[in-house]
Parts: sequence; structure tokens; C-alpha cells
Amino acid sequence: MSEASITPRMSPQTNAAAAVLTDKTKATIDHWLTKFPDNQEGRRSAVIQAVYAAQQQNGGWLNEAVLNGVADYLDMPAAWIYEVASFYSMFDLEPVGRHKISVCTNISCMLRGADQTLQHIEDKLGIKLGETTADGRITLIVEEECLAACVRAPMMVVDGHYHENLTPEKIDQILEGLE
Amino acid sequence: MSAQAKTDQAPEMVSIEVDGQTLEVPKGAMIIEATDKAGIDIPRFCYHKKLSIAANCRMCLVDVEKAPKPLPACATPVMDGMKVYTESRRARDAQQGVMEFLLINHPLDCPICDQGGECELQDLAMGYGRSVSRFTERKRAVKDKNIGPLISTDMTRCIHCTRCVRFLDEIAGTNELGGIGRGENMEISTFVARNIDSELSGNIIDLCPVGALTNKPFRFSARAWELIARPMIANHDSLGSNLWYHVRRGQIMRSVPRDNEAVNETWLSDRDRYSHFGLYHEDRLTTARIKRGDSWETADWDSALAVTKDILSSCHQLHGAEQIGILTSPQAITEDQFALARFAQALGGAAIDYRLRSLDADDTGSAHTTLPLAGLSAATAVLLVGSNLRHEQPLLAQRLRQAWLRHAARISTLNAVAYDWHFDAGNELLAGPQHWLAELGGILQAAYTATNQGLTDDALGKWLGKQTSTEQHQRIAQTLIDGERAILVLGAQAAMHPDAGLLRQLLRRLAEVCEAERIELDYAANGHGAQLAGALSPDRHLLTAELARQSRRVLILHDIDPALDCANPQALLAACQQADKVIAISSYVSDSLRAVADVILPKAAAAETGGTLHNLEGRAQRFAAAAKPQGEARATWKIIRILSEQLKLDGCQWRSADELQQAMDQHLSQQEVTQREARWRTPASPANGLQRLGAVPMYSVDALCRHSLPLQQSIHAQGFDQIVMHSATAAGLKLAAGDQAKIEQGEDTVSLAVAIDDRVAADTALLPAATNHSAQLGAAIGAIQVQAAAASGDAE
Repeated sequence: MSEASITPRMSPQTNAAAAVLTDKTKATIDHWLTKFPDNQEGRRSAVIQAVYAAQQQNGGWLNEAVLNGVADYLDMPAAWIYEVASFYSMFDLEPVGRHKISVCTNISCMLRGADQTLQHIEDKLGIKLGETTADGRITLIVEEECLAACVRAPMMVVDGHYHENLTPEKIDQILEGLE
Repeated sequence: MSAQAKTDQAPEMVSIEVDGQTLEVPKGAMIIEATDKAGIDIPRFCYHKKLSIAANCRMCLVDVEKAPKPLPACATPVMDGMKVYTESRRARDAQQGVMEFLLINHPLDCPICDQGGECELQDLAMGYGRSVSRFTERKRAVKDKNIGPLISTDMTRCIHCTRCVRFLDEIAGTNELGGIGRGENMEISTFVARNIDSELSGNIIDLCPVGALTNKPFRFSARAWELIARPMIANHDSLGSNLWYHVRRGQIMRSVPRDNEAVNETWLSDRDRYSHFGLYHEDRLTTARIKRGDSWETADWDSALAVTKDILSSCHQLHGAEQIGILTSPQAITEDQFALARFAQALGGAAIDYRLRSLDADDTGSAHTTLPLAGLSAATAVLLVGSNLRHEQPLLAQRLRQAWLRHAARISTLNAVAYDWHFDAGNELLAGPQHWLAELGGILQAAYTATNQGLTDDALGKWLGKQTSTEQHQRIAQTLIDGERAILVLGAQAAMHPDAGLLRQLLRRLAEVCEAERIELDYAANGHGAQLAGALSPDRHLLTAELARQSRRVLILHDIDPALDCANPQALLAACQQADKVIAISSYVSDSLRAVADVILPKAAAAETGGTLHNLEGRAQRFAAAAKPQGEARATWKIIRILSEQLKLDGCQWRSADELQQAMDQHLSQQEVTQREARWRTPASPANGLQRLGAVPMYSVDALCRHSLPLQQSIHAQGFDQIVMHSATAAGLKLAAGDQAKIEQGEDTVSLAVAIDDRVAADTALLPAATNHSAQLGAAIGAIQVQAAAASGDAE
């Protein structure tokens, strides 16, 4: 058997920490686990989706409890979960608003006026990048690099959905539609 | 993960050329392995021969012919006919470029850095760095982490080689560190502020190529160039790890591992690394002490020896040598044991024993192994009986982890606690010590059945016939029978068991039936040496058990704290009280010694005298003195020589350490450690009620560890002021977590808080031995009574 396929494990899986996860989150994680080989490396492949599900459950951000819950549920060291959660920009480690907006400011979008787009949003909401509106409605995520929608730049992502060929009017309409 | 090829067969060789030199290299090896072997230097930070390949520092870039760009030597496998240039223009340019980038965020604070003068980054920057930095932007700063009493952090200096992360993942198995964040914000961190608690944590200090992780208790106390390295052997477990003591003006400042592939590889346990701080504890005995009336006086050697001589000669004349008993610490060097053994003989047959942590008077066995210790890494099936191996023998446990990682070894345990292992214990049998015989019997019976062998016709076979084997016993027996290289490990807790001798016999039978090797451990670091040197009366009667029945007139305690260094402190302290006189030869003074002794002679520590230690395999490892003895402390053999001169005894007149060692070597050459098969006695059926499991905590195993402040501050030295039970056991006694419990064993009681942990077997109470909280109690493994402290609830 190769090194990679064996589970390193510090302590028996207690499922005590995993109790913070809802049945729905656990079901989502189980669903993703079936897509990868049933070994340590396979379970590691499911970490991104597992952390994402935990974030959905926890109001859009991750705290220590849910991260430890994911580690416990996947039966792996918590450090491996922390590494993933702290690496990707789609994971937030501080409380966020009900909606998350990411504006691409990478080169294609920039050439098509992403800076003005961003300025418009900041003025409209009265917040800067990385901040949340006072009513807890919208968080403007710090900085996005290319989101692979250059053909229809400028663009932004609202709660995981792409909005492209942005104009000030279109942006106003989208923002007003957010509860 | 690692792409290193690991095969058992002789590898196929390929031929490569490095800087014009032709090398024969095993196929699949990396370039850096070949060059390291040939002594060709390639700079590196992240590569380490014992860790997986990360190839993230890029410092080892070399020029390979026909490759379009420089390749990392640590992650490029050799190919037949490959031509490598390590010092070509392209290689040098690449290495210098990498160095410039590595130094971008490095603070270059070498003058105030503890690593200065012994720093891999500093050394390589001399060779590959520019003399003037072109970087004018702001450098990043990273907040330091507090990761405990042993390791100090300066994370701004970190170059993200991830050696520490990989060590904790792969070798220590605790996965405590990770690379948190990304890009400019990446930090090596625990993420959630916490300590690093691995029992091998200190190794990340040696692995760190910069000054990000340094030795906390040693910090700012000496510079590398002031230190002299002296080779030494650790004496806290029976592995005998090789290490260097770094010494400045006769004082040991720190210790680092010394490579010995057959013993400790390149690692060192924290216990071996930090114990030397105990040498300079304020309780260290620097002058002789004599008891006058109820008070203690410091004395010079002449008067202390005169008092000692009078005690011995009057006892000798009035009552004979058989009224003198010598108890010697099994941690002491073989020279000490030999000197004491000769002294006991010269006195005319004084009783002597080193087996202080034994409770079974019929147990004639001792720690030993039937295979080289390195063989443990190759095991494919293992049964661990009565052992918290990670704490007893941290580096042996690490080898077991390697067996599990590399060969998917199937590991079974029989323990009273479900310990936190760094491997998968596939079959965990959880049973209190009172049931260990029956459980092991069940496995043995299952093994007989599975191999179609009939039970033997002797007493053991008859007893075995009455045992029952469960499905789990059968599963464990099957893994041992199926395992190509099966190893049975008897732990230190089992060796301290009141039926240790019977456990050994069952284990031996099981080894025969399953064709397995055996490793029998105990808490003694040099038990092997003590036995070889003859620190054991010919009849092998357990002296502590005899003393409990009938004490002697005079007792000599060599390197022992009677309250902490034996399996039944209550009995030993009572025997000391009964004795007319007690002579202590000790490196430390303690309350218990003050209470029982009449004269205390200051003993130099092993590191201050040099000597020989025999490890579990019988490997004799000799070392010279590394430090100056504290105060007037002297080697045991010198004390014995003078005493025997004054008593006009023959056989102990060594004029020098050399002469002693010659006499000892001659004696040892005629000795071998023998394992006598004792007669099987049918064990009593397991007692009802609560059994105490008094395991010896990792950092309480001997006086040196107990006096090392850094070790005593660590998590592994905390929480001894409580009694730990399963929730159901506690509920049966009407106790809850936090309650004060009255604990009764023998004639004494102590009062401790109750803690609940469901990893403890039923009817078992964890109450560690060798701590001041349990020093009044009796046998470390035995019956105890626990009840709620009287009227604690009513009074309030």
C-alpha cells in the first residue's frame, strides 16, 4: 500500500466537534465524498466543498467551531482544513453581510472600466473594499483576481452568480434586488 | 507526497555525470541524494533526507544538460546518462536569483538572532547572496506565536521551507502546523493560538534552516562559537539516543541530536533534549549532608564518609552483611552499577537490586528485545500490551509509526486507556490492568486455535483452556499470524504489573505460536547495564518486596528518591523508616530523602562523570564527561572506593576510571542477560472494585527530568493533581467531575479532584506514579478505594 492511502490520525473520530454541522451540511459533504476515492487523499479532495458547505450553513463565513467540525467530520487534522480555508478568497474568516459581491479588477476588466465600476459600487453602498454595509446587507469582498469572464468584462460575482457587461444602470438594478 | 522510491530489493543502478564526475546511482533516486552521497555540495533549505520532498525553496536548482531550464535537484530523478552541472553559469545564476528572493522578506537581523553563526541561510547567503540588497520596498513582518515552553518563534525570519510542517505531519504525526494564508500573507502557524505538544517537538528547531524556531530555554544564553560539542548518550529511556551536549566553560547549555541510524536516526525526543536543564536546579546537592538530631548539616567529605563508614562497619560487625540492602537506580551508568555490585560482594553478600518499578516478586524477566530496534520500522503486525509507548519511548513509537506509514502495519493494543496514537490502532482492546492476563490469554488461545495447535499440557496450558476468546481476540491473533514480520511489545506499564511475570510468559508463548519477535520494555534506561554489571542478587529476589516484608538494618539508596522512584513508595518509605540507618548517594535532595536518610553523599550526574549505558538491545554506548560536577559531587565509584578502603574491603580499589572500566569490561565480557522462564502460577481471578493505573508520566521518570524546568512547564507534566475515571465508573461511585475524592490505598489517604475521561477503561482509575500527589500511596497498579471526600457537600 502506498504512503498516501493511509489515514494519519491523532485521536479517534469522536464526532463531538462535528456536531456543529447540520444534517444538510453533512449530506452535502457526503455527496462530495462519493465523488472521490475512499481514502485519505480522496477525502482531502472534498475539503473545499466541505468547507464551502460549512460556510453556507454559518451565514457566509467560517469560525473555528465549524472548521473544527469539518475536520472532525472528515477525520483529518484541523491544520489541513485551516490551510484550505485561509487560502481561497471565496472563504471568509470574519463575519460578512447577507450578500457577497466580488468585483474583478484584473487586466481585461480593468481595460473595460472595472475601476469605475468598483467606484460606482463603493459610492452607492457607502463602503470600501473589504467592508460591510451598516445594515449587514452587503459585503464587498477585498480583491478579486481574474474570474475567467474576460469576454464579457467588466464583471462581478454576487453570491456566486456572474453578472457581466456591467453598466452603472445594470449595477443599480442588481444592488436594489438584494434583500 | 514523497516520490522517493522505497524498495527492499537491490536497486537497479544508473550512471550519471555530475560536474564531470561519474556516479553510480540507484534508479529513481533524486539528483541531490546522489550528490550528497558523493560529497558534492548543492545548497538547499527545504530538502531533508528524512522528510518528503516539497521542492518549494528552489535553492537546489542545477543545470541539467538538454533541460530547457534549471531543475530542482531534490525533485529531479536521475536518468541514465544524465549530465548535471552544479556550478555552471546557469546553475549559479539560478541559485543566486533564488537567494535574492529568499532574502527579500528576511529581516537580516543576524546579530540579534539566536541562530546567528549556525544558520543555513546565513551560510548560504555568504556563498550565493549579493553583498548589497537591491530591495528597497517594505519588508513584511509576521507576528510571533507562543507555541509553548520549549520552542521560541520569530516568524518574520521564516522562509517557508515547510520542514517543520512536514516533520510534524510525517514523523511526529501530530499535524500541528500548517501554511496558513496565501502569497504575501502566508504564515507557518497553528492558526488557532495553541502550543505544539508533540513529544518530539524540539526537532523542528534543528530542522529550521533559519532562526524562526529556536530553543526557548537556551535562547540568548550562548553563541554557537562559544560552545564545545561533546558526544553523549541520553539516559531517560532504554533506547540510548545519541546526542551532543553543547558545553560552555564546563556548563551544559543545550543538546542536539547526533546521527545514529540504528538508534535515534537523526531525531531526539524532547525529554532527552531538555532534561539537562535539571542539572542546574537549586535542589542539586553540592555538598554532603549529615543528619544531627532532627536537623541537617552540610559536611565535608571526610566527616560524611566517616559517618557512612561507621554506619556500615557497625552494621557489618553486629548483624552481618545480609542486614545491608542496596537499591540502585536503573537510570545510573553501568560503571556505578558495577561498583555497587562489587561493593555488595565485598561486604560479604549485601542484597542489591535495581528493579525499583517492579511489583511482581516472581518476575525474573527484564527489558530486552529479540530483534534490533531498527527492525521495528519494518514491522507488519504489532501487538502493544500495557504501554503508552509515545510517552515511554518516544522514538521507538516513532519507528512504529513509520511501520504503519510505510508497510501499513496492523497495530493492536491492549491498554487501560485509549491513548492518542499517531498511527491507526486497528484493534484496540480496552481493559483495566486487572483483566490484562485474561485478555492476553484470550488472544493466545485464539492463536492456538487459528494455527491448529493444541494447548500445551503444562500449568499454563491448563489455565489457558479455561479462558475464553472473543471475536476481537481472534482478529488480533489473526493479524499476528498473518503478519510477515509480527512484533509483540510489552510496555512499561505491563512490566510494572503485579503479574508482570505471567504477562511475560503469555507473551513469549504468543510469540512462539505466531512466530513473532518480542520487545519487552520498562521504565528503566539502563536496566540492561545494571543486570549485566551484577546489580542484582544471584537469587533474583525482588528486594523491594523483601524489604516490604522485613526491612534491613541499613539501606543504601543510590540515585533514588524513595517517594518517586519506585513502584510502591508507601512500602519503601516504611522500610526506610524501619531501617536503623539509611545512606543516600544522590544528585538531588528532596523532602523524602531528608525524612528517611541519615547521611546524603553528593553524586555527580552521568553527564559529569562519563560512563557506559547499555540500551535495550545490549548496545554498550560509552561517553566521556561533558561538564564539570556541581560543587563537591563525585562519581559513585570514587565514593565506593574510599568507603571500601576505609572498611578494608577488597575488590573495589580502582585507581582510575580507566581501571574501573577495564575491570568492568572484563566482567561484562563473561556476562549475558538471561531471561529465565519462571514457573507458571495460576493467577487469582481479577479482583472486583477499582484498580489504580499509576503510569509514570513522561517527564517524571527520573530525577533529572523532574528537575528540568522547561520539561515541567510543558503540558505533559500537568494535571497530576487529579484522579481520572470513566464517567460510568465515576457515576457508580457517586462522583462527578470536579468533586473532591478521598483516595485510600494501604494505610494512607490522599484527597484529589475527580476528572472524567471516557477513554479510560471501566473500573480503572488513572492516578500517575512518581508525582508528589501520589507519593504517599502504595502500588502503582493495584486496588484502591475511592469515595467522595467526607461531607464535602453537606458542609456548604
